[in-house]
Amino acid sequence: MIRVALPAHLRTLSHVTGEVQLEVPAPVTQRAVLDALEARYPMLKGTIRDHVTQRRRPFVRFFACREDVSHEPPDAPLPDAVATGSEPFVVLGAMAGG
Amino acid sequence: MSEVRVLVGTRKGAFVLSSDAKRAQWDVSGPHFAGWEIYHLKGSPAEPNRLYASQSSSWFGQLIQRSDDGGKSWEPVGNQFAYDGATGTHQWYDGTPHPWEFARVWHLEPSPTDPDTVYAGVEDAALFRSGDAGRTWQELPGLRCHGSGSAWQPGAGGMCLHTILFDPTDSARIFIAISSAGAFRSDDAGKTWRPINRGLRSEQIPNPTAEVGHCVHRIAMHPARPHVLFMQKHWDVMRSDDAGESWREVSGNLPSDFGFPIDVHAHEPDTIYVVPIKSDSEHYPPDGKLRVYRSRSGGNEWEALTKGLPQRDCYVNVLRDAMAVDSLDACGVYFGTTGGQVYASADAGDSWAPIVRDLPPVLSVEVQTLP
Repeated sequence: MIRVALPAHLRTLSHVTGEVQLEVPAPVTQRAVLDALEARYPMLKGTIRDHVTQRRRPFVRFFACREDVSHEPPDAPLPDAVATGSEPFVVLGAMAGG
Repeated sequence: MSEVRVLVGTRKGAFVLSSDAKRAQWDVSGPHFAGWEIYHLKGSPAEPNRLYASQSSSWFGQLIQRSDDGGKSWEPVGNQFAYDGATGTHQWYDGTPHPWEFARVWHLEPSPTDPDTVYAGVEDAALFRSGDAGRTWQELPGLRCHGSGSAWQPGAGGMCLHTILFDPTDSARIFIAISSAGAFRSDDAGKTWRPINRGLRSEQIPNPTAEVGHCVHRIAMHPARPHVLFMQKHWDVMRSDDAGESWREVSGNLPSDFGFPIDVHAHEPDTIYVVPIKSDSEHYPPDGKLRVYRSRSGGNEWEALTKGLPQRDCYVNVLRDAMAVDSLDACGVYFGTTGGQVYASADAGDSWAPIVRDLPPVLSVEVQTLP
Protein backbone atom coordinates (compact mmCIF):
# COMPACT_ATOMS: atom_id res chain seq x y z
CA MET A 1 0.00 0.00 0.00
CA ILE A 2 1.37 3.38 -1.03
CA ARG A 3 1.04 6.29 1.39
CA VAL A 4 0.48 9.80 -0.02
CA ALA A 5 0.64 12.97 2.07
CA LEU A 6 -1.31 15.87 0.56
CA PRO A 7 -1.07 19.57 1.41
CA ALA A 8 -3.87 20.98 3.55
CA HIS A 9 -5.77 22.68 0.71
CA LEU A 10 -5.93 19.47 -1.30
CA ARG A 11 -6.96 17.42 1.75
CA THR A 12 -9.84 19.87 2.24
CA LEU A 13 -10.77 19.68 -1.43
CA SER A 14 -10.81 15.88 -1.43
CA HIS A 15 -12.37 15.57 2.05
CA VAL A 16 -9.36 13.61 3.30
CA THR A 17 -7.98 13.61 6.82
CA GLY A 18 -4.45 12.33 7.28
CA GLU A 19 -2.59 10.38 4.64
CA VAL A 20 -4.16 8.69 1.64
CA GLN A 21 -3.46 5.00 1.13
CA LEU A 22 -3.51 3.67 -2.44
CA GLU A 23 -3.04 0.36 -4.21
CA VAL A 24 -0.52 1.07 -6.96
CA PRO A 25 0.70 -1.72 -9.26
CA ALA A 26 4.45 -2.02 -9.81
CA PRO A 27 6.50 -0.29 -10.98
CA VAL A 28 5.65 2.46 -8.50
CA THR A 29 6.42 5.76 -10.21
CA GLN A 30 5.25 9.36 -9.80
CA ARG A 31 2.90 8.90 -12.73
CA ALA A 32 1.44 5.66 -11.35
CA VAL A 33 0.88 7.19 -7.91
CA LEU A 34 -0.75 10.32 -9.31
CA ASP A 35 -2.90 8.28 -11.71
CA ALA A 36 -4.18 6.22 -8.78
CA LEU A 37 -4.66 9.32 -6.64
CA GLU A 38 -6.71 11.12 -9.32
CA ALA A 39 -8.75 8.00 -10.02
CA ARG A 40 -9.77 7.86 -6.34
CA TYR A 41 -10.21 11.62 -6.01
CA PRO A 42 -11.21 13.08 -9.40
CA MET A 43 -11.52 16.58 -7.94
CA LEU A 44 -7.71 16.63 -7.71
CA LYS A 45 -7.33 16.49 -11.50
CA GLY A 46 -5.58 19.63 -12.66
CA THR A 47 -4.48 20.70 -9.18
CA ILE A 48 -1.19 18.77 -9.01
CA ARG A 49 -0.38 18.40 -12.70
CA ASP A 50 -1.70 19.92 -15.88
CA HIS A 51 -4.75 18.22 -17.40
CA VAL A 52 -3.24 17.92 -20.85
CA THR A 53 0.54 17.94 -20.56
CA GLN A 54 0.52 16.02 -17.26
CA ARG A 55 3.42 18.21 -16.15
CA ARG A 56 3.73 19.05 -12.46
CA ARG A 57 2.31 22.47 -11.67
CA PRO A 58 5.24 24.85 -11.06
CA PHE A 59 4.49 25.53 -7.37
CA VAL A 60 3.89 21.89 -6.48
CA ARG A 61 6.81 19.76 -5.25
CA PHE A 62 7.20 16.02 -4.69
CA PHE A 63 9.29 14.65 -1.82
CA ALA A 64 10.24 11.05 -1.10
CA CYS A 65 12.50 9.87 1.72
CA ARG A 66 13.40 13.48 2.49
CA GLU A 67 14.61 14.04 -1.05
CA ASP A 68 13.10 16.46 -3.54
CA VAL A 69 12.12 14.22 -6.47
CA SER A 70 10.16 16.93 -8.29
CA HIS A 71 12.53 16.92 -11.22
CA GLU A 72 12.81 13.15 -11.57
CA PRO A 73 11.19 11.73 -14.72
CA PRO A 74 7.54 10.83 -14.04
CA ASP A 75 8.15 7.22 -15.06
CA ALA A 76 11.26 6.71 -12.91
CA PRO A 77 10.73 4.23 -10.06
CA LEU A 78 10.21 5.85 -6.66
CA PRO A 79 12.42 4.69 -3.76
CA ASP A 80 11.70 1.24 -2.34
CA ALA A 81 10.68 2.80 0.97
CA VAL A 82 7.82 4.58 -0.83
CA ALA A 83 6.95 1.52 -2.91
CA THR A 84 6.68 -0.61 0.23
CA GLY A 85 4.72 2.01 2.16
CA SER A 86 7.29 2.61 4.87
CA GLU A 87 7.69 6.23 3.71
CA PRO A 88 5.01 8.49 2.22
CA PHE A 89 5.08 10.15 -1.18
CA VAL A 90 4.73 13.79 -0.21
CA VAL A 91 2.89 16.34 -2.37
CA LEU A 92 3.79 19.81 -1.18
CA GLY A 93 2.83 23.37 -2.01
CA ALA A 94 6.05 25.29 -2.55
CA MET A 95 6.99 27.83 0.08
CA ALA A 96 6.20 31.01 -1.86
CA GLY A 97 4.43 34.15 -0.73
CA GLY A 98 0.73 34.70 -0.25
CA MET B 1 -40.74 39.22 2.29
CA SER B 2 -37.83 39.54 -0.11
CA GLU B 3 -34.29 38.72 0.87
CA VAL B 4 -30.96 39.88 -0.43
CA ARG B 5 -27.90 37.68 -0.81
CA VAL B 6 -24.55 39.32 -1.49
CA LEU B 7 -21.86 37.03 -2.93
CA VAL B 8 -18.36 38.26 -2.18
CA GLY B 9 -15.17 36.87 -3.73
CA THR B 10 -11.90 37.74 -1.99
CA ARG B 11 -8.21 36.98 -2.16
CA LYS B 12 -8.62 34.35 0.55
CA GLY B 13 -12.09 32.86 0.16
CA ALA B 14 -15.76 33.53 -0.55
CA PHE B 15 -18.36 35.04 1.75
CA VAL B 16 -22.15 35.02 1.54
CA LEU B 17 -23.90 37.97 3.21
CA SER B 18 -27.66 37.73 3.77
CA SER B 19 -30.32 40.17 4.87
CA ASP B 20 -34.03 40.79 4.69
CA ALA B 21 -35.36 43.58 2.47
CA LYS B 22 -34.59 46.24 5.06
CA ARG B 23 -30.91 45.56 4.43
CA ALA B 24 -30.00 46.70 7.93
CA GLN B 25 -28.95 43.47 9.65
CA TRP B 26 -26.64 41.05 7.88
CA ASP B 27 -25.67 37.45 8.44
CA VAL B 28 -22.14 36.63 7.28
CA SER B 29 -21.24 33.12 6.12
CA GLY B 30 -17.68 32.14 5.26
CA PRO B 31 -14.94 31.92 4.44
CA HIS B 32 -15.84 29.30 1.88
CA PHE B 33 -12.77 27.83 0.13
CA ALA B 34 -10.56 29.44 2.77
CA GLY B 35 -7.16 30.44 1.52
CA TRP B 36 -8.06 30.32 -2.17
CA GLU B 37 -8.58 33.26 -4.48
CA ILE B 38 -12.22 33.59 -5.44
CA TYR B 39 -12.23 35.87 -8.45
CA HIS B 40 -15.98 35.65 -8.93
CA LEU B 41 -19.12 33.85 -7.88
CA LYS B 42 -22.58 34.39 -9.27
CA GLY B 43 -26.05 32.89 -9.07
CA SER B 44 -28.26 31.67 -11.88
CA PRO B 45 -31.11 34.08 -12.65
CA ALA B 46 -33.19 31.04 -13.64
CA GLU B 47 -32.54 29.13 -10.40
CA PRO B 48 -31.19 31.46 -7.71
CA ASN B 49 -29.95 28.69 -5.42
CA ARG B 50 -27.65 27.50 -8.20
CA LEU B 51 -24.36 29.32 -7.71
CA TYR B 52 -21.08 29.02 -9.58
CA ALA B 53 -17.72 30.05 -8.12
CA SER B 54 -14.27 30.46 -9.62
CA GLN B 55 -11.68 29.17 -7.15
CA SER B 56 -7.98 29.39 -7.96
CA SER B 57 -4.51 29.53 -6.54
CA SER B 58 -1.01 29.94 -7.88
CA TRP B 59 -0.16 26.55 -6.39
CA PHE B 60 -3.08 24.35 -7.35
CA GLY B 61 -4.61 26.07 -10.37
CA GLN B 62 -8.24 26.51 -11.27
CA LEU B 63 -11.34 24.90 -9.79
CA ILE B 64 -15.00 25.60 -10.43
CA GLN B 65 -17.41 25.05 -7.56
CA ARG B 66 -21.18 24.72 -7.84
CA SER B 67 -23.82 25.07 -5.15
CA ASP B 68 -27.45 24.03 -5.42
CA ASP B 69 -28.52 25.38 -2.04
CA GLY B 70 -27.58 29.03 -2.20
CA GLY B 71 -24.02 28.58 -1.01
CA LYS B 72 -24.55 26.35 2.02
CA SER B 73 -22.74 23.45 0.36
CA TRP B 74 -20.51 23.23 -2.70
CA GLU B 75 -19.30 20.61 -5.13
CA PRO B 76 -16.23 20.87 -7.38
CA VAL B 77 -17.18 20.43 -11.02
CA GLY B 78 -15.16 20.54 -14.23
CA ASN B 79 -11.94 22.52 -14.28
CA GLN B 80 -10.46 21.71 -17.67
CA PHE B 81 -10.33 24.80 -19.87
CA ALA B 82 -8.64 23.68 -23.07
CA TYR B 83 -8.39 26.14 -25.94
CA ASP B 84 -10.03 24.86 -29.09
CA GLY B 85 -7.46 24.03 -31.77
CA ALA B 86 -4.17 25.78 -32.36
CA THR B 87 -3.71 28.37 -29.65
CA GLY B 88 -1.49 30.75 -31.58
CA THR B 89 0.08 33.79 -30.00
CA HIS B 90 -0.88 37.20 -28.69
CA GLN B 91 1.51 40.03 -27.92
CA TRP B 92 3.44 39.99 -24.66
CA TYR B 93 4.08 43.15 -22.63
CA ASP B 94 7.20 43.85 -24.68
CA GLY B 95 5.42 43.36 -27.99
CA THR B 96 6.87 39.92 -28.74
CA PRO B 97 4.60 36.99 -29.64
CA HIS B 98 3.50 34.95 -26.62
CA PRO B 99 1.55 31.69 -26.72
CA TRP B 100 -1.95 31.70 -25.30
CA GLU B 101 -1.82 30.12 -21.81
CA PHE B 102 -4.78 29.48 -19.54
CA ALA B 103 -4.28 31.12 -16.14
CA ARG B 104 -7.66 31.45 -14.41
CA VAL B 105 -11.37 32.17 -14.72
CA TRP B 106 -12.06 35.83 -14.01
CA HIS B 107 -15.82 35.93 -14.50
CA LEU B 108 -18.71 33.46 -14.55
CA GLU B 109 -21.96 34.49 -16.21
CA PRO B 110 -24.86 32.05 -15.82
CA SER B 111 -27.45 31.96 -18.59
CA PRO B 112 -30.51 34.09 -17.88
CA THR B 113 -32.80 31.16 -18.76
CA ASP B 114 -31.02 27.84 -18.17
CA PRO B 115 -29.39 27.08 -14.81
CA ASP B 116 -27.16 24.43 -16.40
CA THR B 117 -25.65 26.84 -18.91
CA VAL B 118 -22.88 29.14 -17.77
CA TYR B 119 -20.19 31.14 -19.54
CA ALA B 120 -16.64 31.72 -18.27
CA GLY B 121 -14.34 34.59 -19.17
CA VAL B 122 -10.74 33.51 -18.73
CA GLU B 123 -7.13 34.69 -18.79
CA ASP B 124 -5.49 34.44 -21.36
CA ALA B 125 -8.56 35.95 -22.93
CA ALA B 126 -11.14 33.52 -24.23
CA LEU B 127 -14.79 32.70 -23.71
CA PHE B 128 -15.88 29.24 -22.58
CA ARG B 129 -19.35 27.76 -22.20
CA SER B 130 -20.71 24.86 -20.21
CA GLY B 131 -24.10 23.36 -20.98
CA ASP B 132 -23.95 20.71 -18.27
CA ALA B 133 -23.81 22.74 -15.09
CA GLY B 134 -20.05 23.18 -15.16
CA ARG B 135 -19.02 19.56 -15.65
CA THR B 136 -17.41 20.22 -19.03
CA TRP B 137 -16.32 23.41 -20.76
CA GLN B 138 -15.97 24.21 -24.45
CA GLU B 139 -14.32 27.29 -25.87
CA LEU B 140 -16.19 29.56 -28.28
CA PRO B 141 -13.07 29.97 -30.42
CA GLY B 142 -14.46 32.55 -32.81
CA LEU B 143 -13.47 35.26 -30.34
CA ARG B 144 -9.86 34.28 -29.72
CA CYS B 145 -9.43 33.43 -33.38
CA HIS B 146 -10.81 36.77 -34.47
CA GLY B 147 -8.29 38.25 -36.89
CA SER B 148 -7.04 40.76 -34.34
CA GLY B 149 -6.17 38.19 -31.66
CA SER B 150 -2.47 38.12 -32.46
CA ALA B 151 -2.33 41.87 -31.69
CA TRP B 152 -3.98 41.70 -28.25
CA GLN B 153 -1.82 42.55 -25.25
CA PRO B 154 -2.35 41.93 -21.54
CA GLY B 155 -3.15 44.70 -19.10
CA ALA B 156 -1.23 44.90 -15.84
CA GLY B 157 -3.47 42.26 -14.27
CA GLY B 158 -3.18 39.84 -17.17
CA MET B 159 -5.05 39.44 -20.45
CA CYS B 160 -8.43 38.77 -18.93
CA LEU B 161 -11.93 38.47 -20.33
CA HIS B 162 -13.82 40.09 -17.46
CA THR B 163 -17.23 41.21 -18.75
CA ILE B 164 -19.99 39.09 -20.31
CA LEU B 165 -23.37 40.68 -21.03
CA PHE B 166 -26.40 39.06 -22.66
CA ASP B 167 -29.00 41.06 -24.55
CA PRO B 168 -32.31 40.05 -22.95
CA THR B 169 -34.20 40.92 -26.15
CA ASP B 170 -31.94 38.95 -28.50
CA SER B 171 -30.58 35.61 -27.31
CA ALA B 172 -27.96 35.60 -30.07
CA ARG B 173 -26.33 38.86 -28.98
CA ILE B 174 -23.45 38.77 -26.47
CA PHE B 175 -21.09 41.57 -25.42
CA ILE B 176 -17.70 40.87 -23.86
CA ALA B 177 -14.72 42.97 -22.83
CA ILE B 178 -11.03 42.16 -22.52
CA SER B 179 -8.16 44.03 -20.87
CA SER B 180 -6.56 45.25 -22.93
CA ALA B 181 -8.05 44.31 -26.27
CA GLY B 182 -11.36 46.15 -25.93
CA ALA B 183 -15.04 45.36 -26.36
CA PHE B 184 -16.46 42.81 -28.78
CA ARG B 185 -19.96 41.80 -29.86
CA SER B 186 -21.40 38.62 -31.27
CA ASP B 187 -24.77 38.55 -33.01
CA ASP B 188 -24.79 34.79 -33.58
CA ALA B 189 -24.57 33.37 -30.03
CA GLY B 190 -20.79 33.51 -29.90
CA LYS B 191 -19.80 31.95 -33.21
CA THR B 192 -18.34 35.11 -34.72
CA TRP B 193 -17.27 38.37 -33.16
CA ARG B 194 -16.27 41.86 -34.12
CA PRO B 195 -14.62 44.67 -32.18
CA ILE B 196 -16.91 47.50 -31.05
CA ASN B 197 -14.43 50.16 -30.04
CA ARG B 198 -15.19 53.07 -32.39
CA GLY B 199 -15.05 56.31 -30.43
CA LEU B 200 -12.68 55.01 -27.76
CA ARG B 201 -9.46 56.96 -27.47
CA SER B 202 -6.44 55.59 -25.57
CA GLU B 203 -3.32 57.74 -25.54
CA GLN B 204 -1.31 54.82 -24.12
CA ILE B 205 -1.31 52.89 -27.41
CA PRO B 206 0.51 53.81 -30.65
CA ASN B 207 -2.71 54.53 -32.52
CA PRO B 208 -5.07 56.04 -29.92
CA THR B 209 -8.15 55.19 -32.00
CA ALA B 210 -7.10 51.69 -33.07
CA GLU B 211 -9.73 49.04 -33.69
CA VAL B 212 -8.39 46.97 -30.76
CA GLY B 213 -5.96 47.52 -27.90
CA HIS B 214 -8.14 49.56 -25.54
CA CYS B 215 -8.07 48.71 -21.86
CA VAL B 216 -11.77 48.41 -21.14
CA HIS B 217 -12.30 47.90 -17.41
CA ARG B 218 -16.01 47.20 -17.30
CA ILE B 219 -19.24 47.52 -19.29
CA ALA B 220 -22.74 47.76 -17.81
CA MET B 221 -26.21 47.59 -19.33
CA HIS B 222 -29.76 48.02 -18.10
CA PRO B 223 -31.82 45.02 -19.24
CA ALA B 224 -34.73 47.23 -20.32
CA ARG B 225 -32.49 49.15 -22.73
CA PRO B 226 -29.85 46.72 -24.02
CA HIS B 227 -28.67 48.93 -26.88
CA VAL B 228 -27.36 51.46 -24.34
CA LEU B 229 -24.00 50.49 -22.85
CA PHE B 230 -21.91 52.26 -20.24
CA MET B 231 -18.16 51.69 -20.02
CA GLN B 232 -15.47 52.46 -17.48
CA LYS B 233 -12.28 52.47 -19.49
CA HIS B 234 -8.70 52.65 -18.17
CA TRP B 235 -9.28 56.38 -18.44
CA ASP B 236 -12.66 57.79 -19.54
CA VAL B 237 -16.26 56.88 -18.80
CA MET B 238 -18.01 56.15 -22.09
CA ARG B 239 -21.52 55.58 -23.38
CA SER B 240 -22.92 53.90 -26.47
CA ASP B 241 -26.50 54.31 -27.67
CA ASP B 242 -26.19 51.87 -30.55
CA ALA B 243 -25.11 48.57 -28.98
CA GLY B 244 -21.44 49.46 -29.16
CA GLU B 245 -21.30 50.66 -32.78
CA SER B 246 -19.98 53.97 -31.48
CA TRP B 247 -19.00 55.46 -28.14
CA ARG B 248 -18.87 58.97 -26.70
CA GLU B 249 -17.26 60.19 -23.54
CA VAL B 250 -19.53 61.04 -20.59
CA SER B 251 -16.89 61.64 -17.91
CA GLY B 252 -18.20 65.18 -17.41
CA ASN B 253 -17.42 66.63 -14.00
CA LEU B 254 -15.90 63.51 -12.42
CA PRO B 255 -12.83 64.30 -10.27
CA SER B 256 -11.02 61.51 -12.13
CA ASP B 257 -12.30 59.42 -14.99
CA PHE B 258 -10.01 56.51 -14.12
CA GLY B 259 -11.68 53.65 -12.29
CA PHE B 260 -12.77 50.06 -12.52
CA PRO B 261 -16.47 49.28 -11.86
CA ILE B 262 -19.55 50.81 -13.40
CA ASP B 263 -23.15 49.80 -12.79
CA VAL B 264 -26.72 50.84 -13.56
CA HIS B 265 -29.63 51.42 -11.16
CA ALA B 266 -32.11 48.53 -11.27
CA HIS B 267 -35.13 50.70 -12.11
CA GLU B 268 -33.68 53.85 -13.68
CA PRO B 269 -31.76 53.05 -16.89
CA ASP B 270 -30.12 56.47 -16.93
CA THR B 271 -28.85 56.33 -13.35
CA ILE B 272 -25.29 55.00 -13.26
CA TYR B 273 -22.56 54.63 -10.66
CA VAL B 274 -18.76 54.76 -10.79
CA VAL B 275 -15.98 54.98 -8.20
CA PRO B 276 -13.31 57.42 -9.39
CA ILE B 277 -9.73 56.38 -8.71
CA LYS B 278 -6.87 58.88 -8.77
CA SER B 279 -4.78 57.43 -11.62
CA ASP B 280 -3.46 54.33 -13.29
CA SER B 281 -0.47 54.27 -10.97
CA GLU B 282 -2.25 55.53 -7.84
CA HIS B 283 -5.05 53.04 -7.33
CA TYR B 284 -6.90 54.85 -4.56
CA PRO B 285 -9.58 57.53 -4.37
CA PRO B 286 -8.63 61.16 -5.06
CA ASP B 287 -7.83 63.15 -1.89
CA GLY B 288 -8.19 60.03 0.32
CA LYS B 289 -12.00 60.36 0.09
CA LEU B 290 -13.99 57.29 -0.88
CA ARG B 291 -16.78 58.64 -3.08
CA VAL B 292 -19.24 56.87 -5.33
CA TYR B 293 -20.37 59.14 -8.14
CA ARG B 294 -23.91 58.91 -9.49
CA SER B 295 -25.26 60.32 -12.69
CA ARG B 296 -29.02 60.48 -13.17
CA SER B 297 -28.66 61.61 -16.75
CA GLY B 298 -26.70 58.71 -18.21
CA GLY B 299 -23.39 60.49 -17.76
CA ASN B 300 -21.76 63.93 -17.95
CA GLU B 301 -23.44 65.32 -14.82
CA TRP B 302 -22.23 63.51 -11.72
CA GLU B 303 -22.87 63.94 -8.00
CA ALA B 304 -20.62 62.69 -5.21
CA LEU B 305 -22.20 60.22 -2.77
CA THR B 306 -20.32 60.41 0.51
CA LYS B 307 -22.70 59.85 3.40
CA GLY B 308 -21.36 56.95 5.44
CA LEU B 309 -18.18 56.54 3.38
CA PRO B 310 -14.75 57.48 4.76
CA GLN B 311 -13.86 61.04 3.75
CA ARG B 312 -10.29 61.13 4.96
CA ASP B 313 -7.20 58.90 4.85
CA CYS B 314 -8.85 56.29 2.67
CA TYR B 315 -6.55 54.59 0.16
CA VAL B 316 -8.40 51.48 -0.97
CA ASN B 317 -9.32 50.46 -4.50
CA VAL B 318 -12.59 49.08 -5.86
CA LEU B 319 -11.99 46.43 -8.51
CA ARG B 320 -13.93 45.96 -11.74
CA ASP B 321 -16.22 43.13 -10.61
CA ALA B 322 -16.77 44.51 -7.11
CA MET B 323 -19.97 46.54 -7.57
CA ALA B 324 -23.55 45.34 -7.95
CA VAL B 325 -27.16 46.42 -7.45
CA ASP B 326 -30.22 44.65 -6.09
CA SER B 327 -33.70 44.99 -7.59
CA LEU B 328 -35.61 46.10 -4.53
CA ASP B 329 -37.34 49.45 -4.31
CA ALA B 330 -35.38 51.53 -3.37
CA CYS B 331 -32.54 50.05 -5.34
CA GLY B 332 -29.66 48.76 -3.23
CA VAL B 333 -26.09 49.42 -4.33
CA TYR B 334 -23.10 47.44 -3.07
CA PHE B 335 -19.35 47.55 -3.53
CA GLY B 336 -16.28 45.93 -1.99
CA THR B 337 -12.81 47.34 -1.50
CA THR B 338 -9.27 46.06 -1.52
CA GLY B 339 -9.28 46.97 2.19
CA GLY B 340 -11.87 44.28 2.89
CA GLN B 341 -14.94 46.45 3.39
CA VAL B 342 -18.25 45.74 1.69
CA TYR B 343 -20.43 48.86 1.67
CA ALA B 344 -24.16 48.80 1.07
CA SER B 345 -26.67 51.51 0.32
CA ALA B 346 -30.37 50.72 0.70
CA ASP B 347 -31.38 54.06 -0.81
CA ALA B 348 -29.81 54.07 -4.26
CA GLY B 349 -26.56 55.54 -3.01
CA ASP B 350 -27.79 58.42 -0.83
CA SER B 351 -26.27 56.82 2.28
CA TRP B 352 -23.89 53.96 2.93
CA ALA B 353 -22.87 51.61 5.71
CA PRO B 354 -20.37 48.77 5.82
CA ILE B 355 -21.88 45.28 5.96
CA VAL B 356 -18.46 43.92 6.86
CA ARG B 357 -15.21 45.79 7.15
CA ASP B 358 -12.38 43.34 7.72
CA LEU B 359 -12.51 40.76 4.94
CA PRO B 360 -9.51 39.92 2.77
CA PRO B 361 -9.17 42.17 -0.30
CA VAL B 362 -12.46 42.03 -2.20
CA LEU B 363 -12.28 40.88 -5.81
CA SER B 364 -15.96 40.65 -6.70
CA VAL B 365 -19.43 41.48 -5.42
CA GLU B 366 -22.67 40.11 -6.83
CA VAL B 367 -26.18 40.53 -5.46
CA GLN B 368 -29.23 38.29 -5.64
CA THR B 369 -32.70 39.59 -4.83
CA LEU B 370 -34.69 36.61 -3.63
CA PRO B 371 -38.48 36.39 -3.42
